[in-house]
Amino acid sequence: MDLGDIKISLLLASLIVAATPILLAALGELIVEKTGVLNLGVEGMMIFGAIAGFIATIETGSPWVGFLFSILGGAAIAFIFALVTQIFRANQVASGLALTLFGLGLSSLLGHSYTGIKPAAFSDLHIPILSEIPILGVILFQHDPIIYFSILAVAAVYFLFRNFRLGLILKAVGENHDSAHALGYNVILIRFGAILVGGAFAGLGGGYLSLVRVPQWTEGMTAGAGWIALALVVFASWQPFRLLIGAYIFGGVTLLQLNLQALGLEINVALLSMSPYLVTIGVLVFMSARRSRGSLEAPRSLGKTFFGL
Amino acid sequence: MKLLRVSLLVLSSLMISCFAFAADMKVGFIYIGPPGDHGWNYQHDVGRKSVDEAFGGKVETVFQENVPESADSERVMTQMALSGVDMIFATSFGYMDPVLNVAKKFPNVKFEHATGYKTADNVSTYSARFYEGRSVIGHVAGKMTKSNTIGYVASFPIPEVVRGINSAYLAAKAANPNVEFKIIWIFTWYDPAKEADAAKTLIQQGADVIMQHVDSSAIMTVAEEAGVYAFGQASDMSAFGPSAHLTAIINGWGPYYVKRVQQAMDGTWKGGEQTFDGIGAGMVVIGDMSDKIPDSVKKEAQAIADGIASGKLHSFTGPVNKQDGSAWLAAGETADIGTLLGMNFYVEGIEGDIPQ
Repeated sequence: MDLGDIKISLLLASLIVAATPILLAALGELIVEKTGVLNLGVEGMMIFGAIAGFIATIETGSPWVGFLFSILGGAAIAFIFALVTQIFRANQVASGLALTLFGLGLSSLLGHSYTGIKPAAFSDLHIPILSEIPILGVILFQHDPIIYFSILAVAAVYFLFRNFRLGLILKAVGENHDSAHALGYNVILIRFGAILVGGAFAGLGGGYLSLVRVPQWTEGMTAGAGWIALALVVFASWQPFRLLIGAYIFGGVTLLQLNLQALGLEINVALLSMSPYLVTIGVLVFMSARRSRGSLEAPRSLGKTFFGL
Repeated sequence: MKLLRVSLLVLSSLMISCFAFAADMKVGFIYIGPPGDHGWNYQHDVGRKSVDEAFGGKVETVFQENVPESADSERVMTQMALSGVDMIFATSFGYMDPVLNVAKKFPNVKFEHATGYKTADNVSTYSARFYEGRSVIGHVAGKMTKSNTIGYVASFPIPEVVRGINSAYLAAKAANPNVEFKIIWIFTWYDPAKEADAAKTLIQQGADVIMQHVDSSAIMTVAEEAGVYAFGQASDMSAFGPSAHLTAIINGWGPYYVKRVQQAMDGTWKGGEQTFDGIGAGMVVIGDMSDKIPDSVKKEAQAIADGIASGKLHSFTGPVNKQDGSAWLAAGETADIGTLLGMNFYVEGIEGDIPQ
């Protein structure tokens, strides 16, 4: 097998770029699900973040403002979901699906006059010294700030649930909302906040798509990334670092199969196209199989509406 | 009594408004994606608008976007037919069987199906010889590449796409004998992120000219960023890559749509017809050529386009062998329409397999 044309370091560097939108959205959804809320509207929040960030970047010329608006846009549309499911106690599954449809529709309406425009470039931040390291520097330290942020955010979420009181409270609400309520925690308020944070992450992931990864606005450009993020959360059994591994494997195999195709290898292409899904699920399931059951289960109140006010 | 009077009033005003705005004919279009894609659907919508313009108020057009190639399309077309649409243009390959099903139920509605091959008494098909345009841009690609590597992002392994690859390859090879094609199949018509990934991969593997047979403009954006060349697909895409954009294959549906609607109004429209037009009829248009292309190459490309338009040249002219080395076209022989429409093999020189 001739791997001569595949530059491994470039491949690894670009898999991180390809995986980041999914990683960010999945991380947000992980926080939301940890508090017992199932928000199926990730796709809708992502695409709304994508257009909000895109419009802001075009209007102000600054991608930083764009990312800020991606975050705000994702959170704003998540606010609707929070309002409907937490205050009016609507069904979470139905509301989440509606949120996806709403986000897709609203974004294409808003984006109508923004097709065919290029956003201002978002420059990479080469970390001094570290980016000079041969090979490793190219892979890890010559990216844009959002990528560094996404990796730091994974670590932050990991420590949040492991070492901090707030993490425990979030978990308590997700595991048994009645008990959390009895202990004096405001279940509705906590979930409301988590949903907004989840929306912000999804919006940022969408913004990364329209501002860095593609970068342009086209209708329906998330093309199912939100659903992949949702699935990743489950397969990563609600653990931040597995989420990172899952997202990178997904991105990596996606790019690897493109590279193998371009080499003209005699492998069934349909099989190659399937491979990102198969390999990601396979690896995560394998990792889960080795752990004790307790740590792998979904938050016990996931998807249940809290009525105990 | 009062209620009756009010409802009568409403009813009569409704009827008046119906008569006042009734066009002679109502034409429906269904699109697989958004018209805002600046590619395939955008051009169909341009065609629809030229129908609006050509007939003024006499023809009313309606359209439905993002219609999946599934039972959904049948529902959409049925609804259109029920709401008084006289003629439906179904603008994607996968609508083929749904069109035939709905056509059976509404024998008085005229159907036009793009890129398909099944017809009926009230169903005609139309397609463009995009491969003619690919001969032109293939020549430009062969001349412009410095790494002798041309990347090709392909959608689905259907004859239309395979035909395009072969045509582009033959032209590029004729222009530059050292040229090599790297092909990536992404199994979607429209997924900007996937298209961008595929283009980046090809560039990383040394391609400095990218061709595409997918719908979005993401590849042009990526090419611009990486400093390589690309071509507009279906529409001019120079807005996405001012220095990357060499030229474009533009789909010109307008003249055909206007002609068919006119025939329907005159009563001369016939089902069972299969239109397959190219550069000559204006269904395939070569876009403006970039200043990056040397004048000599521009002239050569123009000569190829003119030759194809006048019928002097054919994209598939022998001697051409199939990939496995077996003879396909003898010297001077041109490909017959049947082989073109069902093309499922690469020509000699292309590496890799067509996914089955």
